Amino acid sequence: MKIPKEEVEHIAKLGRLKLTEEEKEKFADQLGEIIAFVEKINELKTEDVQPTYQVVPMDNVFREDETRESLKTGDALANAPSRYRDYFKVIKIIE
Amino acid sequence: MKSWELHELLKKKEIKATEIIDSIYERIERVESKVDAYLTLTQESAKKRAEEVDAKISKGEKIKPLEGIPVAIKDNICTKGIKTTCASKILHNFVPPYDATVVEKLNSAGAVIIGKLNMDEFAMGSSTENSGFKTTKNPWDTSRIPGGSSGGSAASVSADETILALGSDTGGSIRQPASLCGVVGFKPTYGRVSRYGLVAFASSLDQIGPLTKDVKDCALLMNTIAGHDSRDSTSIDMAVPDYTENLDKNIKGMRIGIPKEYFSDAVNYDVRNAIKDAINVFEKLGCGVADVSLPHTEYAISVYYIVANAEASSNLARYDGVKYGHRAESFSDLIDMYCKTRGEGFGDEVKRRIMIGTYTLSSGYYDAYYMKALKVRTLIKNDFDEVFKKVDVVICPVSPTPAFKIGEKTADPIQMYLSDILTIPCNMAGLPGISIPCGLSKEGLPIGLQIMGKPLDEATVLNVANCFEKNTEHSKARPNI
Repeated sequence: MKIPKEEVEHIAKLGRLKLTEEEKEKFADQLGEIIAFVEKINELKTEDVQPTYQVVPMDNVFREDETRESLKTGDALANAPSRYRDYFKVIKIIE
Repeated sequence: MKSWELHELLKKKEIKATEIIDSIYERIERVESKVDAYLTLTQESAKKRAEEVDAKISKGEKIKPLEGIPVAIKDNICTKGIKTTCASKILHNFVPPYDATVVEKLNSAGAVIIGKLNMDEFAMGSSTENSGFKTTKNPWDTSRIPGGSSGGSAASVSADETILALGSDTGGSIRQPASLCGVVGFKPTYGRVSRYGLVAFASSLDQIGPLTKDVKDCALLMNTIAGHDSRDSTSIDMAVPDYTENLDKNIKGMRIGIPKEYFSDAVNYDVRNAIKDAINVFEKLGCGVADVSLPHTEYAISVYYIVANAEASSNLARYDGVKYGHRAESFSDLIDMYCKTRGEGFGDEVKRRIMIGTYTLSSGYYDAYYMKALKVRTLIKNDFDEVFKKVDVVICPVSPTPAFKIGEKTADPIQMYLSDILTIPCNMAGLPGISIPCGLSKEGLPIGLQIMGKPLDEATVLNVANCFEKNTEHSKARPNI
C-alpha cells in the first residue's frame, strides 16, 4: 500500500515538516506499509470497550491557583536562537 | 564493582570518592572509542562533587548509600547547565535551565553525575542507530547494536564506564538494551518515578528507570528516584518502600505465569531455551509455575505505533526554532521557518513517527485509528488484570533475538519495530517490568529474562529477580572489552 504523494504533502504540512522530493517518495512507501501494519487492530470488535487514555488512577490533578516562583527571564531566554531584550525574536508575522 | 560494594569501601576509608571518579574516567578513556556510549562527559563538576564527599568522610560524617557513586544519565533527561540533546540535531546546543526531578534527587543523595548518554533520537528506536550523532556499540560484540533507545545507558554499565545509569522506557527502551548488553534494566510502574524533566516522547507510556550491574543496585537507585512529585500530574502519591528490604525474601510458593503468546516462532531458539532454563530454576526454588494467556498480545505493536506516535506528534510540536535549539538560516515566513527548522533538525525515524501520529489524529482518521487503538489498549490491560488474579508475576523473554548487527534492520522500519513485540505490552498496561541476565546465546551474546508484576508491586518483581540472580551465575558474565 502506498500513500499518495498529495497525502504525504498534506501530512507533512500539518506536521510542519519540509521534505525533499526524495523523502516524499521514500516516506510514501514506508508510511503506507506502517499504516497497513497497524490496521491489524481492525480485526477486533471494540463497540463495548472504553478507551484507555492513561493508566494512573487519578483524574484532574489540580493545585491552588497561587502565584509561585517561575523561571527567571534570563534563564528562559538563554537558549534563544535570536533575542531582542526580553523577547524571543522571530521573522515578521503580520503583513 | 557495584555501588553497594563501593559504599562499604568508602565507609571504611579504604577508597576515596575522587579515586572512584578518576578510575571511571580512566576506564572511559580506554574503551569509549570502541563503545561510543557518551555524548557529554562532566569531569570538572564530577571531580568537585567527589571532593565534597571525601571532605565529608574525613570529617567523620556519615554518608548515604549513593554518596560519591558515579551515575550516568540518558541525554533526554534534563540536567541544569549540562547540554541535553535527546541525541537530536534540533537540540544540539540546548542547555536546560533546570534539573529533572530524578536529577535533583540524585544530587541530594550525593551521587556524582559523570556524563550524558547516547540514545535513539527522542527515544525513538530499538538500536541507538537513530541517534543524530553516532551509533553506540554493544560491548559484547562491537559490530552489533546495544539495543535502544537507552543504548548508551546499557552499554556504559556493561562496559564498566559507569556504576549506575538512568534510562527511559516507552516501549521497551530500558529492558531491551539491558537484555542485549547483559545488565539489569527496570521500568517502574507508570507514575512511580516523576517524568518532570524527562523530554516527553509518549506521555502516557514514558517512564525513567535504572540500569545497573545487579538487582541490589537497581533497588538502591529506585529508592532514590521513586516518589510523588507535584510537578508531574501523572505521578502517583504513594510512599516509597525500601526496595532493598525484601530482596532476599524466600520466593517459595510464588505464583509465576508463563504467557504462551510470548514463545512463538518469532522468538529465537536460544532465547526460548534460556527462558525455559530460567523457569526450571524457579521451579527448583519452590515457585508455582503455570501457563497463562494474554490473548491480545499480537495487537500490542499496532496499538503502540498508533498511540505512541500520536502522542509524539503532539509532544514534538514544540521544536519550532523559536525558543531553543536549531533554527533554519533562511526562510520566507514563520511557517516556512517551522518547516525548514524541523525538516533540517529531525532525523528520518522522528519524521516518520510525527507523520504517522499526525495521520492517525487527523480529521477523518481519528476514530478509525487513534480511538480504536485506545480501546484495544483497554483489552491488552484487561488481559493482564485477569492473569494477575491467578499469578503474582509474569515471566517471559525480553527481546525476540540477541543483539543484531549494526545496519541489519535499518532498511525496513517494521523489522525494527518487531524488536519491541515482547516489551510493549508492559508499557500499555503501565506495569513494572525488569530485564535480568539469564544466559548467553550460541554466539556468546547476552539474553535477558523479563519479569512483570502488578501495578506498584516493584518489591515483588525485585524480590523474584534478586532470588534468580543469587541462584544463578548469569549476572557475573562480563564482556571482553
